[in-house]
Amino acid sequence: MSAYTTGPSTPASVETAVSAAGEPLVLGIETSCDETGIGIVRGRQLLAHEVASSMEEHVRFGGVIPEIAARAHVEAFGPTLQRALDTAEVDLHDLDAIAVTAGPGLAGALMVGLSAAKGLAMALNKPLYGVNHLVAHVAVGILETARPGDRENPIGSGHPKQESTGLQTNTGLQMNPGPQANTGPHGLPGQTVLPENTGALLVSGGHTEILRIGSLTHDVELIGSTIDDAAGEAYDKTARLLGLGYPGGPKIDAAAAQGDPAAFRFPRGLTMPKFEGSAANPGKHRHNWSFSGLKTAVARAAEQFEAAGKPVPTADIAASFQEAVVDVLTSKAVRACRERGLEHLLLGGGVAANRRLREVLATRCAEAGITLVVPPVSLCTDNGAMVAALGAQLVAAGESPSSLAIPASSSLPPSTIQVEEPRAQGHAGETSPVDTGAGTGCGVQHHLT
Amino acid sequence: MAYHGRVLLLALDTSAGASAALVSLSPRSSSSPGASQSPAGPEPPGHAEPVGPQVLAAEQTPATTAHAEWLVPAAQRVLAASEVAAEEITGVVVGVGPGPFTGLRVGLAAAHGLALGWRVPVHGVCSLDALALRTVESTTVRGEFLVATDARRREVYWAEYVTDDDGSRLIQGPFVSSPAELPDLPAVGAGVGLYPEVLQLAEQAPAEAAEWTPHAAELGCLAASALSGDLFGVLCEPRPLYLRESDAQVPAQMRKAG
Repeated sequence: MSAYTTGPSTPASVETAVSAAGEPLVLGIETSCDETGIGIVRGRQLLAHEVASSMEEHVRFGGVIPEIAARAHVEAFGPTLQRALDTAEVDLHDLDAIAVTAGPGLAGALMVGLSAAKGLAMALNKPLYGVNHLVAHVAVGILETARPGDRENPIGSGHPKQESTGLQTNTGLQMNPGPQANTGPHGLPGQTVLPENTGALLVSGGHTEILRIGSLTHDVELIGSTIDDAAGEAYDKTARLLGLGYPGGPKIDAAAAQGDPAAFRFPRGLTMPKFEGSAANPGKHRHNWSFSGLKTAVARAAEQFEAAGKPVPTADIAASFQEAVVDVLTSKAVRACRERGLEHLLLGGGVAANRRLREVLATRCAEAGITLVVPPVSLCTDNGAMVAALGAQLVAAGESPSSLAIPASSSLPPSTIQVEEPRAQGHAGETSPVDTGAGTGCGVQHHLT
Repeated sequence: MAYHGRVLLLALDTSAGASAALVSLSPRSSSSPGASQSPAGPEPPGHAEPVGPQVLAAEQTPATTAHAEWLVPAAQRVLAASEVAAEEITGVVVGVGPGPFTGLRVGLAAAHGLALGWRVPVHGVCSLDALALRTVESTTVRGEFLVATDARRREVYWAEYVTDDDGSRLIQGPFVSSPAELPDLPAVGAGVGLYPEVLQLAEQAPAEAAEWTPHAAELGCLAASALSGDLFGVLCEPRPLYLRESDAQVPAQMRKAG
């Protein structure tokens, strides 16, 4: 964070910034896990989207180390912010508001972004919006991100996680933010708000949730979630077990391409009748997932071959594992949409990059008459643009800003869209300087102080 | 890099508890207190002592579990209480530690956010220097002494200083060590209170010096003096001084695969 300077704004860039009328210009800051994301939006228009990832530093551990992630945020924040400002050609003083992820996520990582955001808000005298990371993953779906013909990779250089050295970044917006950039809405065509009956399936190393989104600013309901490991975490752990490396998603997907998905019948968690019940009389876990048993089943399968002195059929196990994850994820998500009357489904989170998941979900949504929306992969993984997008919605809806005394809330429920108020006095909460790393929405490997 | 105008610094420290302070240092040419707004007159003959840094307002909390919530509102209160306009601030000072990591980063992140927003530089100062300054200014301790603070895990963060006829300066440090490994010298700081069996409180220091933790006001004063050219070797990069690596272990499965 040491290597930055802020020069005086150039008149030209200020003019660019104020040329679009009426829509709030919002900076978004995301540091809930291992990506330092800075985004800038004007209303629904994406102006900049910069991500620095510390993923490479976590590879040898096979999962995100909270302390390493938090250290990387401190170093990356200033340079990443500067790149975003340069790309958007805006000056900090032009901003209407600053939005930041207040939770859920790793406490120590969240506190870096939150504290920097508070400092910016105080110095710039701009309102602060501490927002929910999960709802932000949904809000990204309403951004207009591309000019016509730029649909597949509308911003940046695509997927920062696939780079391979040190702190990786995408290269920012490859377009001129101007009137012509507005003509190719990407996410939900023609929508200025999400359709009323929208569901969101969020799948990442830290999250596996299905939400009902009544309104991005007022009404978000958790329909179901994992009761143990996140799906991406199951990928990471299984990849580790099979010696495939990290991150597990792409490694398993690659191995699975050569394997038989029907070679092993791995369990689909929480699908027994006692957990599911019926549509009329739903069981406790009808819309929930569990992936810890799957991981154990994979371990047992691999051990059988090792014990017999035979080579472990890695590709078949990977393919069968992936099939089990994708099958139970998509079948439960689509059923939840059907039973809750949700006609649109948005897919978000890092696992949205998974080829097989997209394939099966698209098929099953089509069969059920559900419109599936998948934002560009670089906006599905953690980023600041999604935070800015949600912030802009809150500003436009006239929501009050957050107090500068709000805590980082590592287990913020999805129904809390914005953290507005400080904790009640004397309440022992989640903001301890000692990271617990528990239940924090990141594929965390270690308990650190 | 000495400033010729008034130095006005917002200082933050989150290396133990948390603190915020606004520190002012007027140019030497306007040496009477409060004269910074009036045109500078000629110095009165025989009045050679320049006015040192002044703490306009300060706050602190001993709490170690709410830095991210407390710090920026405290900075706002300090700014309001000191009755200066934010536009007058010439820099941000931050204690770079050493200190427990998560809390320490809160101060660094907030300081950088403030400095970016105000378009002013951010200066780092070793947090232990605050207690060295307090020792020199508020006690009769002379010679070599240690500053030791709580590093948890049965260790202390520490540094060795000296104050003598040539002034005061750092001899060695900062380090993180078991308290038994420190040089046999009188000490101040919360580390002394934690490990009284191995660390000896400086005789000339008050009893409460065994509980001392750094304060942003002292770091602000040190930085102001450094920026005005009176002190050297005080300012450092505004990056956290962890002194310890992340202690994450590579899982056995990864070692096997690797």
